[in-house]
Amino acid sequence: MLELALRPSPRFRLWLAALAVLLVAGLIAYLVQSKAGLSVTGLSRDVSWGLYISQFTYFVGVAAGAVMLLLPTYFHHYQDFKKLIILGEFMAVAAVGMCLLFIFADLGQPQRILNILLHPSPKSVMFWDMLALSGYLLLNLVIGWTTLKSEQHDLPPPPWIKRLIWISIFWAFSIHTVTGFLYAGLPGRPYWFTAIMVPRFLASAFCSGPAILLLLCLALKKLAGFTPGDRGVRGLTTIITYALGINIFFYAMELFTAFYSGIPGHARPIVFLFSGHEGQIYWINYWMWACAGMGISSLFLLLNPQTRHHPQILPWSLGFLVTATWIDKSLGLIIGGFTPNTFGGITEYIPSLTEICITLGVYAAGLILLSVLWKIVLEVRRGP
Amino acid sequence: MVRRDFLRKTSLSGLGIAGLGSIGGFAGLGGLIARTASTETPTAGSTRWGLAILTTDFSRNPEIIKACHQAHNVPDIPDKKQKIKWIWEDNAQAAFSEGLPSRLAGELETRSFLLLCNHCANPACVRVCPTRATFKRSDGIVAMDYHRCIGCRFCMAACPYGARSFNFHNPAPYLPASHPAFPARMRGVVEKCAFCSERLPLGLAPYCVEAAKDAMIFGNLNDPDSEISHALHGRLSLTRRPELGTGPSVYYIL
Repeated sequence: MLELALRPSPRFRLWLAALAVLLVAGLIAYLVQSKAGLSVTGLSRDVSWGLYISQFTYFVGVAAGAVMLLLPTYFHHYQDFKKLIILGEFMAVAAVGMCLLFIFADLGQPQRILNILLHPSPKSVMFWDMLALSGYLLLNLVIGWTTLKSEQHDLPPPPWIKRLIWISIFWAFSIHTVTGFLYAGLPGRPYWFTAIMVPRFLASAFCSGPAILLLLCLALKKLAGFTPGDRGVRGLTTIITYALGINIFFYAMELFTAFYSGIPGHARPIVFLFSGHEGQIYWINYWMWACAGMGISSLFLLLNPQTRHHPQILPWSLGFLVTATWIDKSLGLIIGGFTPNTFGGITEYIPSLTEICITLGVYAAGLILLSVLWKIVLEVRRGP
Repeated sequence: MVRRDFLRKTSLSGLGIAGLGSIGGFAGLGGLIARTASTETPTAGSTRWGLAILTTDFSRNPEIIKACHQAHNVPDIPDKKQKIKWIWEDNAQAAFSEGLPSRLAGELETRSFLLLCNHCANPACVRVCPTRATFKRSDGIVAMDYHRCIGCRFCMAACPYGARSFNFHNPAPYLPASHPAFPARMRGVVEKCAFCSERLPLGLAPYCVEAAKDAMIFGNLNDPDSEISHALHGRLSLTRRPELGTGPSVYYIL
């Protein structure tokens, strides 16, 4: 089936070539980093995680988002997502692949990564996260590939696949729960130390994952003549609207607790994110306001029945949503967790060019994987 | 002995079966729940090393930091943001943040506090480490295996005291002089104070205690007759952020 990815298509090749250029740029940047160490990043004693871990967190969410197609289909016998399901599973595969690359890029001693398995530490959430992510990658790969194979031969998928799908639905919740636990169980980081962290992660994942999928499907409709089906698009838009509403509501809960309680530790990171420190403005402040603006605009456009399903407006609503959730759950999450630092001081984090190049390289790798997998799906459906 | 126990435990679970790991996970959860019952869990065993700093007698003494950093091959990184620090000085507000009243007695406000790893009874760094590169010894010392650390920096996010440093750079060019008695670290691993665990078997106190003369007392917190227990008895002392339940072993006598 893999050979179907090689079916001639000049436009597809051009797309892959462009991504390959970006990937090479990322690899060169990674060589620089592996030679000079993480000193070439903008990371510091006080802000010891940055772009890589932030992207890791966001894309775990994107991967988990695929479950929003599976759950209605397999638990509620909803028929309209059938065409999208394999695309969602393969998107999850690409997203988890990106997560693993981001973890790898972040490590100070990447060649020792197998120490996590050689010296298993059940008390460490990172150990469980690694198991959860690898399991989810395998599940989606097997499910996606097997169902596609059956589709190719016009056969119903084997019965055991349904059991795997059930497992993968629960597994999707688990990967993001465990990723939330990476943050929510740390003492002395008030921005993360909140019971709403995991629910917020899930809500954000369940709007951003399907939104990215829908955006990509709309692009595919234009570029490759793929028809996601009107009812499918409408159904997914409704799910996205609910999840975004819940996500914003959860953030508001956080604001209430932080500011009504008057406990300074809890409020300080939020104050820093939105208004800087002692009159000084930082770059993240502009991003956070953009995040708030876009998140609320997106919710407004999605709630309003006149704009929700409007084919010209929908891509904008989704684009705003993706940007807003990306800022909140990547940059905002990490910077808010580390600023102010444990001494009450401010250390600014600015990602370095090397860091940005490596990040774009990982994006390129993820997109290449996604493009190849989706190309196979489209070719199978086009027939021999 | 401690080390051997540690190695035996790790090689056991090193059989690497996920099932085995998950059994350990449930046992760990039980421990977690039991632990929340009290904020200061005493370390099992007869020894729990601790440090008391007499902040009134303590005067700014660069020799203390120098003695530690030189002997332990701590590099002098020029970039302030990526510095390596095992022990350093800061003011009361930075050390205790919200733990102190906002109006301090005038002199207390300018007093200098030595900051270092607290060798917590419930170390968050040990809990989060995915490779057990940082571990708690039975004598209470939170130690590091620099050859096992993968540099994920989860421990730095977990430590509420900012006591951990990451080798962003290759440390070798930043060493003023090499002290071969103590292993130098490499790029990409986390490091921190280990209460001079290499000196204790020789019957020597940590370098900082030695350099501080009488302003620092090192000893066994579990022994009611030790000098440190006597020094702490009946006097007002602070630990950093006790509300977090980490149970620091470094006390600041006011």
